Formats: sequence, structure tokens, C-alpha cells
Amino acid sequence: MFEGISNAVSAFFSQRLVGILVESFPKMLLPGLKMTIPLTAISFSIALVIAVIAAMIQVAKIPVLRQLIRFYIWVVRGTPLLVQLYVVFYGLPNLGIVLEPFPTAVLVFSINEGAYCAETMRAAIESIPKGQMEAGVCVGMSWLQTMFHVILPQAFRTAFPPLSNSLISMLKDTSLAANITVMEMFMVTQRIASRYYEHLALYIEVALIYLLFCTVLTKVQAVCEKKLASYGF
Amino acid sequence: MLTIHQVTKQFDGSQVLKGVDLTVNKGDVIAIIGQSGGGKTTLLRCMNFLETADSGTMEFDGETFDLAKISKKDIERIRRKTAFVFQSYNLFRNKTALQNVMLGLTVARKMPKAQAEQIARSALEKVGLADKADSYPNALSGGQQQRVAIARALATDPEIIYFDEPTSALDPELTGEVLCVMRSLAEEGMTMLVVTHELGFARNVSTKVIFMENGSVVESGPSMEFFTNPKEERTRAFLNTITQHEKE
Ligand SMILES: Nc1ncnc2c1ncn2[C@@H]1O[C@H](COP(=O)(O)OP(=O)(O)OP(=O)(O)O)[C@@H](O)[C@H]1O
Ligand SMILES: [Mg+2]
Repeated sequence: MFEGISNAVSAFFSQRLVGILVESFPKMLLPGLKMTIPLTAISFSIALVIAVIAAMIQVAKIPVLRQLIRFYIWVVRGTPLLVQLYVVFYGLPNLGIVLEPFPTAVLVFSINEGAYCAETMRAAIESIPKGQMEAGVCVGMSWLQTMFHVILPQAFRTAFPPLSNSLISMLKDTSLAANITVMEMFMVTQRIASRYYEHLALYIEVALIYLLFCTVLTKVQAVCEKKLASYGF
Repeated sequence: MLTIHQVTKQFDGSQVLKGVDLTVNKGDVIAIIGQSGGGKTTLLRCMNFLETADSGTMEFDGETFDLAKISKKDIERIRRKTAFVFQSYNLFRNKTALQNVMLGLTVARKMPKAQAEQIARSALEKVGLADKADSYPNALSGGQQQRVAIARALATDPEIIYFDEPTSALDPELTGEVLCVMRSLAEEGMTMLVVTHELGFARNVSTKVIFMENGSVVESGPSMEFFTNPKEERTRAFLNTITQHEKE
């Protein structure tokens, strides 16, 4: 019985396959470092800016703008990310708007993630006691000044764990960019796999690289949370 | 210096302020007393625009404002000349004691950091907390937090400080240290409007007392006179119940 399994395993990991896996590893990791990670980092940074602005508009109850933000969040959260990528990359050319794959991916990922993070930020801001804003305006600061110096720093701390989770999901979701010809990690893997016809092994290999990236992020998150907790507030 | 006239305010159909008049002169220490739910907090909050009054006017430093229609600019201008001490302290939780006191100077008044820090440190010293400058609010006792809040109010050199029951959230053994700070401010001539349940403070420190009930001022007058010779029947009834409580 055990012999049967170990035979199967050694048959599976033939010398040829091991060679392919070893050879493919840098070929996958490199686009991971050069595409997947920058795509995630740039898109998430823009998403955070969108989120903070969208959250503040909602909390400030600015008429019209607030309705526009609600509409934006409703549309983005109610449609699949993959469809959004297709609409922008394959759809907009019908209107004469042609974007390169990478900018398209950044655009769609940041707008998409911005909507989710906006809700996280709004909830975090709303969880800060009303007295903080009142005390801010009573010492003579404006609403915006109090927001930046008092409310947002506290809200970011509350929002840190859910935002970290969003970041980790986003890193994995960048694999969808393969559908719009962005040469990121998964796209490259698909090409290698179809060349060698070793789909199972190679897709597992790329999955492990994603797992590695996410594990690093999780560790960083834990360290940051510890650091945040050590601040006196 | 400050006069409000016929201030009214409704919450969900119930009339919380029914036309309140009030005059504050420089150096006055006015205690506002009265039963719970009488509208004392609402009055202070309307005076600092944390609530918008339904009607009424305010005359401040020679200018007159319509409380229901005052502009944001005017609100910010008036707030730079006033300060507010909350029942629940409301210290900025992400800032140290020193930063709490400095923020109104560096951010709101664009004062250079070094100068602001000097003022903030001397304000903290005044309330006896120079050694807590680098502590965050959650590391301070309630009494200490309230004293930092008073230092924060003092630092901006306001013409008047509003206090809303500054000692009500404190354990009895901590109220003393806060009242002591307030008494020394009063002695220095700071203009203060204090909502309080501490009749001792009203009697011994304040220069004037206002008794509010159900959204109206029932009686007001110099403290001595107010306590020794109250004119209104309702004032006497209120003072009786309170002094009985204090004896018990
Ligand atoms: N934001 C609000 N929304 C609705 N009703 C309110 C609000 N704030 C105050 N009220 C009501 O207005 C009335 C007066 O409240 P206020 O807090 O001004 O009284 P107070 O004299 O300060 O009482 P206390 O001594 O208990 O602090 C109360 O009946 C209260 O329920
Ligand atoms: Mg009150």
C-alpha cells in the first residue's frame, strides 16, 4: 500500500518534472516581483486615497457628492471584478478609448478596491466617539483639520485589520489581470504550463508562490498590529 | 462682553430651551444649576454652536449674530475666542497630554511649534500636570484627564470658558482636584460659565448663579443673594431638595 503511493509519487516527480519545476520557479517569481506586487501596491495605494475621500464625503453628508459616492459603491460592489476588467479593456475600445493592459488593471483594481475600503473607512470613522470632533472644533480647528489630526489617525487604527485583509485578497485577485493580457505571475504560469503540458504541478507551484506572498503579508500585518497596540492610545 | 437673547431649541417636537436670556461680563464666574433635563447642556452647546439653536441672537465683543443663521466663518471666529470643557473630557485619544494642549495653537492658530510647546507646558503646569506631558489620555485618571482638558482650554487664551458639569463623571475623591483648579482660575479673573451640580462651587466660587428649569431661567442673581435669599418659590424648593440630599 505505502509502496504503491510512494511509487506513484516518485513516478509523478520524474526527473523531467523536477527539472521543469526548478526551471520555472524564477520565471514565475520574477513577474510576481515585477508585476503582481507593483500592481497590488499601486492599486491599493490609490484605493486608499479613494476610500478616505469617499468616506469623508459620506460622513460630512455633502449633498449630491454623497449620492454619487453611494452610487459608485453600489455599482462596484454589485458587479464582478472580472466583468469590470472586461468592460474597460475589451469594451471601452468601442468608444475609441484604448488603454494598455497594465494601466487598465491599475484603474480597475483601484476603483474596485476603493469602493470596499471606503465602506471600511466609513465604519471606522463612525466608530470614533462624537466628542472627538466636538473637542476639535471647540479648540478652533476646522472640521477638516480635526479629521486629519484627530479622527483619521484613530480610524486608521480601527480599520487596519480589515484593510490588511483587503490587501491580501487583492494580491490574489491580481491573477485575474491575466485575462486582459497583463504579464503577471499567473499569465506567465499559464504559458509555461501549456508549453510543457504539466498543468497540475505548475499551477500548484504558482499557488505556493501566492501562498508565500500572502504569508509574508500576514506576518507584516501581525507585526504592525503589535506596533500599533504599543502606541499609547 | 457676551449676551444671548431669546434662545430657543426643540428636539423632536419637545421644547428644550424656551427663550433663554443671559449676560456674561468680563470676570464673571456664572454657575448654572437646575434639575436634570432642564436644558443646561443644550444651552451651552447652542452657545458654542455644537447644536444649532432654532432662534435667538448672540452679542459677542460688540458684534451681533443670529444663532439660527450664523455663518461657518463666524462660528470659527467665535470659537477661537472661547473654550469648552466637556463632562466626558473628550481629550484627543491619539495625542499625548502635551499634544492635546498644543493642537489648538499649532493647527488652529498656526503658531510656531516651539512657542506653542512653551505655552502648553505652562498650561499643564498650571493644572499641576507638568510631569504627565507625555502621557496618553488612557494612562491618566479621570481627574487628570479633566485637568488636561482645562489646560487645553486655557492654552488658547479664551475670553470665556464654558464648563459642562466638569466633575460629574468623576469619583468623589477626584472632583476636589478639578474644582481646585477651577477655583484658582476664577481667582485669576477668568470668565467662566459653569453648568454644575456642585452647590459648594456655586456658593463659594461663582459670582452669579442661574437656576434653570424646563428650558427657562427661573431665577438669577449674585451668588450670596441667591443662596441666602432666593426670591422664587421653585428656587427654594430646588435648594431644599439638594441640601437635604447633601445632609443625608
Ligand atoms: N441630541 C438630542 N436629541 C434629542 N433630545 C435631546 C438631545 N439632547 C438633549 N435632549 C433632550 O433635551 C432635554 C434637555 O437636555 P439637557 O442635556 O440640555 O439637560 P441638562 O439640563 O443638561 O440635564 P443634565 O443635568 O442631566 O445634564 C432632555 O429632555 C433631553 O432628553
Ligand atoms: Mg447636562
